[in-house]
Amino acid sequence: MSSSTEAATQTSWYKRNEIAVTPWLFLVPGVAFFLLYVIYPIFSSINVSFYDWDGLGEASWVGLGNYEELYWDDAFYTSLRNNLIWLVLYLLAIPAGLFIALFLNQTVTGIRLYKSLFFFPFVISQVVVGLVFTWFYDPSFGLLNQFLGVFGIDPVNVLGDERFVTYGIIAAGLWPQTAYCMILYLTGLNAVDPEQIEAARLDGAKGWRMLWHIIVPQLKPATFIAFVVTIIGALRSFDLISIMTNGGPFGESRVLSFYMFEVALSEYGFRMGYGASIAVVLFMIMLCFIAYFLYSMYQDDKGGR
Amino acid sequence: MFPTPIDKTSRSWQLSYQALLPVALIFWLLPLLAVAVFSIKPGADFTTGNYWGFPTSFEFATNYGKVFFASDMPRYMLNSVMITVPTMIGCVVLSSMTGFALGVYKFKSNLWIFFMFVAGNFVPFQILMVPVRDLTLDMGLYNTIPGLVLFHIAFQTGFCTLFMRNFIRALPFDLIEVARVEGVAEWRIFWYVVLPLMKPALAAMAVLIFTFIWNDFFWAIVLTQGAESQPVTAGITSFNAQYRAAYHLMSAGSIVAALPPVAMFFLMQKHFIAGLTLGAVK
Repeated sequence: MSSSTEAATQTSWYKRNEIAVTPWLFLVPGVAFFLLYVIYPIFSSINVSFYDWDGLGEASWVGLGNYEELYWDDAFYTSLRNNLIWLVLYLLAIPAGLFIALFLNQTVTGIRLYKSLFFFPFVISQVVVGLVFTWFYDPSFGLLNQFLGVFGIDPVNVLGDERFVTYGIIAAGLWPQTAYCMILYLTGLNAVDPEQIEAARLDGAKGWRMLWHIIVPQLKPATFIAFVVTIIGALRSFDLISIMTNGGPFGESRVLSFYMFEVALSEYGFRMGYGASIAVVLFMIMLCFIAYFLYSMYQDDKGGR
Repeated sequence: MFPTPIDKTSRSWQLSYQALLPVALIFWLLPLLAVAVFSIKPGADFTTGNYWGFPTSFEFATNYGKVFFASDMPRYMLNSVMITVPTMIGCVVLSSMTGFALGVYKFKSNLWIFFMFVAGNFVPFQILMVPVRDLTLDMGLYNTIPGLVLFHIAFQTGFCTLFMRNFIRALPFDLIEVARVEGVAEWRIFWYVVLPLMKPALAAMAVLIFTFIWNDFFWAIVLTQGAESQPVTAGITSFNAQYRAAYHLMSAGSIVAALPPVAMFFLMQKHFIAGLTLGAVK
């Protein structure tokens, strides 16, 4: 064989260390790219958050000045509060997705098409979802108000009313997110052990008891992933807010991600340092969840090869 | 199977289930159906207040024709394609390499590098925004398609590495061992042993990336402006400003913008779902 003669004639340094060196050769492009575009910017942003900077001129050091300003900034608290509302309500996508998955987990003709069509909202862009829901909520002709009209309820201007606006946007966001959770659970339900179900049936379990004690525990991996993607989706919410209300009315629908963008890159100003400090706060919140996710993955991985 | 298979239940229950399915679907997709109807209505229907009534005439060709021939939409679509396809290729190349390295080899920092990719993938975009925008400006790539593509490749590599590494870990390791004993060079193992086995994962990943990037809005507005380089998600918002109350045109435009990922999903459904649910079944 030619490879063995090659190895014999030139037992190069590479050949001798092949197994140790190869992974690094394979890693270098990906890692370098990721360091440049993702890891370095995180630290760079943290650094920028200590400066007053318009993005063009000289940056001036203000230390914790930006954070101090955040402390007194009402708009920051509005955004933070809305972020928390998003976090809590967005999680409704998980039980809602489970519900629809259970509803569709049957074998009748055409069920595959139904499953695909129920998944539809997740595939289309949030920009389009935002536009669609803006019309849905429209006070003069929107479907929602036509529907409420049937019950004799006066039109509600969901997106123009500071009491409802955040909930209205979250409802729009729940639509695709529920579809995602549904798909996760449909896959999970496929893998549920039929013997356990049979055994539980013989023991007289059905309905809720069966669901809670037999099915849900077996769906744990699906629930974990649904939890991860939903939390991240909630904290990343930006597109819908930008499309549907642009933060309004009176900034009442802002969340941190949107407020940061507004401060740093819109007609309201180019305050990069202040924007960066908002991003750092958002990052810290996300970091709690990331740490938890990584810890769970690590626990999982120890069992592997 | 849970719940009880429908054919084991009473006849009346079966019938109501069959009847409930389409009703539930219509409710679920109601906002979307409304937009579909909007998109074939004549503009006059909206001025006369006929929002939900039957279209007075079917203007499918006129409305969609306008979107395709009298607006910037085709340009935005082309930009989206030019952003999405190279990103897909770049991610597949980089992450099959990183995934191979992290999935096959044991070395000290393996798990740490893996976690770096995973954690980076979860980060909020806003923490990257200012530096990435600066970096793109400095490279002279602001408001260009390559500027967006480079960032997307780098960022998506995080998710794709997670994906590929887990997939490779689930492969039978014996194959690699046997190849090593045979004296096959490591890069040949990658090319001739592992890569062919990764085909389904590569397909799944490519469809997911296509959808993610096609639907991206945030980076489009941070790194580009104007019709010469913006993708369709950003384009549709300027379209919105241009055609404010022309709901028939906006609807047609939105549907056109949403169509490619939808088509991709229906064509590659099996892969798409396999990709999204990776890890949901153990």
